[in-house]
Amino acid sequence: MFEDMVTARYYEERLQEEYLEGKQPAFDISAGPIPGELHLAAGHEAAAAGVCRHLRDDDTVTAPHRPHHVAIAKGVDLKRMTAEIFGRQTGLSGGKGGHMHLFDPDVNFACSGIIAEGCPPAVGAGLAAKKRNEDSVAVAVLGEGAISQGAFLESLNLAAVQELPVVFVVEDNDWAISMPKDRITDVDDGSLRAGGFDMPGVRVDYDDATAVYDAAKDAIGRARAGNGPTLLEVQVHRRMGHFMGDPQSYRPDEDTEAAQERDSIERLADDLREAGVEDDDVEAIRERAHDRVDEVIEWAKDQPEPDPEAAHEDVFVNPPSGVTTDEPTHELAGSDD
Amino acid sequence: MAQQESQAVERELTMSRAMVEAIAHEMRENDEVFYMGEDVADYGGIFDSTEGLREEFGYDRVMDVPISETAYIGAAVGAAQAGMRPIAELMFVDFFGVCMDQIYNQMAKNTYMSGGNVSVPMVLTTAVGGTYNDAGQHSQTLYGTFAHLPGMKVVVPSTAYDAKGLMHNAIRDDDPVVYMFHKRLMGIGWMPAPDGPKTPVPDEPYTIPFGSADVKREGSDVTVVTLGLHVHQALEAAETLAEDGIDAEVIDLRTLVPLDTETILESIGKTGRLVVVDEDYRSYGVTAEIVASAAEERLADLDAVERVAVPDVPLPYARPMEDEVIPDVEDIEAAVRAVEP
Ligand SMILES: Cc1ncc(C[n+]2csc(CCOP(=O)(O)OP(=O)(O)O)c2C)c(N)n1
Repeated sequence: MFEDMVTARYYEERLQEEYLEGKQPAFDISAGPIPGELHLAAGHEAAAAGVCRHLRDDDTVTAPHRPHHVAIAKGVDLKRMTAEIFGRQTGLSGGKGGHMHLFDPDVNFACSGIIAEGCPPAVGAGLAAKKRNEDSVAVAVLGEGAISQGAFLESLNLAAVQELPVVFVVEDNDWAISMPKDRITDVDDGSLRAGGFDMPGVRVDYDDATAVYDAAKDAIGRARAGNGPTLLEVQVHRRMGHFMGDPQSYRPDEDTEAAQERDSIERLADDLREAGVEDDDVEAIRERAHDRVDEVIEWAKDQPEPDPEAAHEDVFVNPPSGVTTDEPTHELAGSDD
Repeated sequence: MAQQESQAVERELTMSRAMVEAIAHEMRENDEVFYMGEDVADYGGIFDSTEGLREEFGYDRVMDVPISETAYIGAAVGAAQAGMRPIAELMFVDFFGVCMDQIYNQMAKNTYMSGGNVSVPMVLTTAVGGTYNDAGQHSQTLYGTFAHLPGMKVVVPSTAYDAKGLMHNAIRDDDPVVYMFHKRLMGIGWMPAPDGPKTPVPDEPYTIPFGSADVKREGSDVTVVTLGLHVHQALEAAETLAEDGIDAEVIDLRTLVPLDTETILESIGKTGRLVVVDEDYRSYGVTAEIVASAAEERLADLDAVERVAVPDVPLPYARPMEDEVIPDVEDIEAAVRAVEP
């Protein structure tokens, strides 16, 4: 868990550096080696690490727009994921998806930038497992901002009535872009929504990886044993803006500072030391993670860019013959000629 | 006063400021106008579409809503049917999938299905467009989708001047209006706009009637019909082409529903050559519609036709691939040269 968390944090610190390159002086989202939006998960690591420790490669995870920590904890190929974020040919999707749309079928990982839309496919993975009498489970990860969305509520209901092996993991960081939680829900504890579907709802109040680990163990165990879905809400914190370049002028400074102080990684490091793990061993894990990340980033930056023509491939697995291309037609219309 | 006014007409606004000015004016004039959306209050809209409105009108009239597009866009339909004039923002047009029933089966159809007894005077604002590598779920333009489905007027401004006049009209219109603004034209801090969209904008309110395309550049050799971001690209292409003695007329559609075919046909009568440029997908889209209308009405005048649009693939993330599929100035130039004898 600790290694997953430090890997995720350092990975994103490095991505942040790369992302900012070329974007100045006036911030230009489309400039630099990593264009487009970039949503970093600093402060969310405990949720992903605590949950994914219980998962196997054949278990499915659907992640939201803030996916890196979950992908790392699930064991997504870090090299190909990084190449994807840099828009390179050897990326997970050859540069078609980018940071919000990472797909690694080898470990059954997918994500979507549309809020709550990972929930129904997770239910589908659970349905497939149940129909085939397999004991794999599916986990849908989403933010607290997503729990008002129809896709989430409909998914809870379908998973419940079909008793599917699905765990819904809500990462509650108190903010949905600029909207504080109290402006978008009257119920502070999102796990209470489970009651309306007659499924267990559990909330881990502080971003304590060990507590998440324990709660997730029960929920995933329950799903794997064929006892149906669970809703697990985990309090995390958002150390940064919603996306890189977000000025956060809507957010009180105290709130940002409080988030910075609450570091789940340092907390786990303290717990490890208290449990008797030597300082040197904790540092060794950190160093190993950092080395791996540095190496992966250097590798990814060296990868070739995709051939522009590749844009036309992969719309279909089985392309119909005669699909329209953008070849100029040079057709002449009319009768004058 | 007079001096102030002449100064005012000199002032240039970004497209987002011009939109907001129209909204603020209508909100001051009419208590029934209000704005709902995600991050529209304290953030001022991700694309500055509501910048400063909450400060003037408060949270009751500039409402942040839960991430639940079906609920709040549907609520705008309901409030509009109750006689209010809501503006609801769908942050990116790509998110329409989660709430299309409220848009298409309610907002757009209730007037017709009630035999004209119900009106839905609302505006749905939404951001469109790519060119910043945000991949398939955040870069679409989808002009065609909304214009294809009957029952909603569809507005696509390309300059600050147009944005203000069209917004006044949109809010005052008794029918549902979809107001699609291109991110790249808004003049937001983190996404540089080309020079074109920032124009002089008068202080006082004014309307631009729907269904009046604007000839943004007159020319005699070829008619380039386009909208949104690609108006500016077409104008740039036209300047280069002029150096080679090709005189292109550039028509900005400004609204897709209603569509001003008159202006297009008149231009074809003059040039005989038509290039249609669209940032939306090629098949079944704006380019097909314009070419078909031209063929129906003026087949005899048409010597040559070209379409420039996104091939039928979702928008890719990596820069070389996105550049490949989104039409640019060179693509427009090439298409114009291709219709030249
Ligand atoms: C259907 C839909 N609506 C709106 C958005 C825009 N959007 C992206 S992230 C976000 C906030 C999400 O908040 P939350 O679920 O709490 O996750 P967090 O970003 O805090 O991790 C919004 C509104 C979207 N991507 N999809």
